[in-house]
Amino acid sequence: MYVIPMLIVTTLIVFSLILIIPGDPALALLGDNATEEKLALLRSQLGLDQPILIQYWNWLTNAVQGDLGRSLFTGEIVSDAVFSRLGVTFQLVIASILFSFVFGMTFAIASVIKPNSWMDYLSRFVGTLGTAIPNFWLAMLLIVLFSVNLGWLPATGFISISESPTGFLQSIILPSICLGAFGAAQITRQLRSSLLEVLESDYIRTAYSKGLLLWPVIWKHALRNSLLPVITTTGLLFGNMLGATVVIETVFAIPGMGQLAVNSILQRDFPMLQGVVLVMVVLVLVINFVTDVLYSVLDPRIEFK
Amino acid sequence: MRGHNEPVLEVKNLCSYIPTSRGVIRPVNNISFSIGAGEIVALVGESGSGKSVTALSVMGLNSPSIKYEKESIISFKGANLLKMKKRQMKKIRGNEISMIFQDPMSSLNPLHPIGKQIAEPIQLHQGVSYKKAKKIVLQLLEKVGIPDPENRLNDYPHQLSGGMRQRIMIAMALACNPSLLIADEPTTALDVTIQAQILNVMKELQKDTDISILIITHDLGVVAEMADRVLVMYCGEIVEEGDVYSLFQNPQHPYTKGLLASVPKLRGASEKHLHTIPGTVPNPLELPKGCNFSSRCSFATDKCLSDAPDLIETGKDRRAACWQIVDSQKEEVTVHA
Repeated sequence: MYVIPMLIVTTLIVFSLILIIPGDPALALLGDNATEEKLALLRSQLGLDQPILIQYWNWLTNAVQGDLGRSLFTGEIVSDAVFSRLGVTFQLVIASILFSFVFGMTFAIASVIKPNSWMDYLSRFVGTLGTAIPNFWLAMLLIVLFSVNLGWLPATGFISISESPTGFLQSIILPSICLGAFGAAQITRQLRSSLLEVLESDYIRTAYSKGLLLWPVIWKHALRNSLLPVITTTGLLFGNMLGATVVIETVFAIPGMGQLAVNSILQRDFPMLQGVVLVMVVLVLVINFVTDVLYSVLDPRIEFK
Repeated sequence: MRGHNEPVLEVKNLCSYIPTSRGVIRPVNNISFSIGAGEIVALVGESGSGKSVTALSVMGLNSPSIKYEKESIISFKGANLLKMKKRQMKKIRGNEISMIFQDPMSSLNPLHPIGKQIAEPIQLHQGVSYKKAKKIVLQLLEKVGIPDPENRLNDYPHQLSGGMRQRIMIAMALACNPSLLIADEPTTALDVTIQAQILNVMKELQKDTDISILIITHDLGVVAEMADRVLVMYCGEIVEEGDVYSLFQNPQHPYTKGLLASVPKLRGASEKHLHTIPGTVPNPLELPKGCNFSSRCSFATDKCLSDAPDLIETGKDRRAACWQIVDSQKEEVTVHA
């Protein structure tokens, strides 16, 4: 079980990072005009005057019991705040993964059907472009084009799928393209090379010798065999995207965890930040676990233990 | 020897080439042969002699970089396979002509249960559901000697041994009762005891179904065990052809002689070194001007170095391509005259 040491190490690292961030929550709370006494009083109320390891220990023992503390600013319970935003971020990330997958698969397959054709060159070009283009810049371009000039899609805001599926679709298209562009490029490249490799293998020749033509060979025999490395990539992408929500949610004003993280950092709201990071780390670990399970589902040679 | 009047497969002037930046390579250079119904023909030769390219030409599975000269004909039951459209070829492949490959370890899809893999050609060519195909699959598994087939259906290839996997490949190839089976070195990747078992399975099935078999091998033991007729290939050409008994007893081409002499013997040869054919197979881009074998042949004359011999009749059902034989035939003619 590597999960628990992993959690302890990551949260400790985040706690130490807080030390490095210049600024003082007490000062942020009371304003520049606060007196030294008031600041000291508040610091001791918040426990900020204790050594960092003690602070961490206190936080950890509470966290283990499910108590992540309260926001220094709004007094909101951290776990409630984080979980209310988790749903939003989750919807955004899943939509982005879906976008990456559909886009990546389409381009990769189009590319291997006729190697060195214009489709192949196009998908390789898009693959490089998606990797190279910064997502915040892409976001701005798309907003200018689709929201400002054409007026087709909203520039900001988020509607949950449970409220209105059509509203959700409209609000999620641009953010998920921006968040998923990198993933789409990665999946295109990964799946393309893995498909090309699989299509050279002996069992593909066997499939052809049975009388199957190109499409059924790709569909039934090549694709599933090519997906293993793509699953690895997707697992990594998930963590990547969670990180990138910090930027994308800010650009599109989506009230998710990324935005919460940014605001907590700006306000020096340490308990909140700590809660966000903890939940993100747990999410990544869960996704790693799901990836491992998926391997054994896809490939009978891999046994899940 | 079995009767085989009507040829199932007729290959005429098969000529394939690969244009490269350094010149044209001819993996198969103008070969002709036929396979009768129920006949087992062995295609023998070293690596790179064009055996597999010939087999894959029949299946239409050569890489697209290999092209065919216009006069090449591969006639299967009267239709030229080389001129066929993909859709038509699809109906023949796996249905009327099927193939077993060299390495059973990598020739089965690792992610599909073997039952589904064997059923696939049946479902494809007979348009039946997996449920219906399963009955045929069980019979096939029994035929190829898989014990307890019912419990094996859902096994994955990695759960089976090499010999078992090759049996699965055979079952798969025979699923639609093809009239021609191409076996490309079916025993090369297996150890010796398993080799014998696999050859036995193939022979038994051949007797039961009267299927024609083209077996590709470099193992003369396999040839002796299986074949009715033998084609010896060298550098993309057939250099000798004959029925298995007379060819083994009386090889005519120096290359065939060399091959047969290179087989290790248990008795009488313990003090001698193993015979080898001197030299190596020439680079396909720099083939000799005359006979392709001339650079390694101990009988080569000036004529061998300048002109290539044709494959000529040398007896009943015997053909060979060698100037020595041409000359000795001429001598016979003059003596008789």
